[in-house]
Amino acid sequence: MIERESLIRRYCHSTTGVIGLVILAFVVVMAAFGPIIYPVDPWAMVARPLQWPLIDTDAPLGSDILGRDVLSGLVNGARVSLIIGVSATAAAVAIGVTIGALSGYFRGIMDDILMRLTEVFQTIPNFLFVIVLVAVFSPSVFTISAAIAVVSWPPVARLVRGQFLTLRQRAFVESCVVVGMSTPRIIFTQILPNCIAPVIVTSSIMVATAILIEAGLSFLGLGDPNMMSWGAMIGFGRQSLRTAWYLTLIPGVAIQLTVLSISFVGEALNDALNPRLG
Amino acid sequence: MKRYLVRRAGQALVVLVLIACVNFLILNLAPGDVVDVLAGESGAGDIEYLQQLREQYGLDRPVYVQLGHYLLNLAQLNLGHSLRFQLPVRDLILMRLPATLLLMFSSLSLAFIGGIVFGVAAARSPGSMRDSFISTMALLAYSTPLFWAGLMLIILFSVKFGVLPSGGMRTIGGPDDLYGMVVDVGRHLILPSITLALFYMATYTRLMRASMLDIYNMDFVRTAKAKGLSPLKTAYRHVVPNSILPLISLFGVQLGSVLGGSVVVEVVFGWPGLGTLAFDALFQRDINLLMGILFMSSILVIIVNLVIDLLYSWLDPRIEVEA
Repeated sequence: MIERESLIRRYCHSTTGVIGLVILAFVVVMAAFGPIIYPVDPWAMVARPLQWPLIDTDAPLGSDILGRDVLSGLVNGARVSLIIGVSATAAAVAIGVTIGALSGYFRGIMDDILMRLTEVFQTIPNFLFVIVLVAVFSPSVFTISAAIAVVSWPPVARLVRGQFLTLRQRAFVESCVVVGMSTPRIIFTQILPNCIAPVIVTSSIMVATAILIEAGLSFLGLGDPNMMSWGAMIGFGRQSLRTAWYLTLIPGVAIQLTVLSISFVGEALNDALNPRLG
Repeated sequence: MKRYLVRRAGQALVVLVLIACVNFLILNLAPGDVVDVLAGESGAGDIEYLQQLREQYGLDRPVYVQLGHYLLNLAQLNLGHSLRFQLPVRDLILMRLPATLLLMFSSLSLAFIGGIVFGVAAARSPGSMRDSFISTMALLAYSTPLFWAGLMLIILFSVKFGVLPSGGMRTIGGPDDLYGMVVDVGRHLILPSITLALFYMATYTRLMRASMLDIYNMDFVRTAKAKGLSPLKTAYRHVVPNSILPLISLFGVQLGSVLGGSVVVEVVFGWPGLGTLAFDALFQRDINLLMGILFMSSILVIIVNLVIDLLYSWLDPRIEVEA
């Protein structure tokens, strides 16, 4: 018998996966402890306005048009991005798994209704829908996460439905039905664990997308007004694009690196969880 | 074929009605109603007057009557009135739609062609330097916020090199003969198109690569190689045409996302389309206009998907079209 490599070892086959994980870990640490290690208020005037990076020790990464510290904005923005990325994805996965499981397990009329509903949410242009939702319910971390969740669950629902449709007919599930196992127990202990791997891979991509959507929202001025975020920094920096382009460049690179690292992790997870494809 | 068409159109109609219901639900869940907004604007606080206004707008009637009314209005494409622009929402949208369609068309064509070119280049030698370079670039484009890419392009091409305009659709006081106008709009179109295309070019590249690698394993490709066709001819005669199909269906799936992406890109470049209209509506709290844009965009997505479904079954007759 060939011994299967552990998940971690399989993951480490991917160089980009390891790089992604390192960058992501750095961002997570920055989000968690950054504001404690570097306790500068991102809204406070701490330096001369429009100070270029690496010149003034008051603002190591420069200051914006109001003299606010770019580094502090970066550190605090990591928090917003990650909180919204993770919570929106968690909510979307919860909705998607529920709907997909119900329609894949029960089929028939339930499937018809739920799939029409999925189609509706897939048809409405995502980003516009988020804008409308956030504008109507006024922006906060909660409404932004909820709005992103509302638009991003359909792919999960379709994925889980497909898995349920095939797994439902497998012998091990039918034998559970025969021995009289209750429906919820079959769903939760038999089928669900078997379709968790593709859901994990999809959700890693969803975190990345959610971070990009949040950045777009706060760039348009629809971010949580009490939180400094990367997108908002780009929005502020845009006003002085011609003279102080570092204000736009730095937070943009932060978004790009974070999203890229999550994509790397997602790809490596995909390869590690589906070793047949390797 | 006819039955399939009728069935698909019926499904599309159901989805459309449901989308309208979702819109209605949002409007009803929103804190405050139209009258509150109006009252807030005019500063009037007379409760009797407000009551009268509510009656006038039918807001005192039961929810299902209001919903019926709302759906009836939408069926006639009566999207209400924009309080700020003092124009019917439908007219405003139709005025701005051409600019957005132009931007979407040019950037999607760019993404489509670029995606095929890079996808073919990567898939023809999988695992090579070229392949990993293209794949990495695609992943990078995938992780770049559209608006930021646009701003970076402005810095590079308008601020540093000064070769392309940084915003707008036409030069003020520019040429007014037809040829000059086309060239002028074309110059303004370049940067926003590239910006919007980047992300989608990355997805098309990845899909084209995967799809080509799939097709390379098929029997007819082996036959082509066996009869002595050169690798180049095998690729372009047999593999590429068969690999493009999945890209077409992705086109339909992504249309909604392109419309969303064009909002930020239009705002960055001041492109006078639906996106900037949505942005203005947002800032003037013109929810009616915003909902109208959302609804019309959804209709656009439905129609294009219907067309793509038909196109797809025409291009690939293996796909069952019987109802």
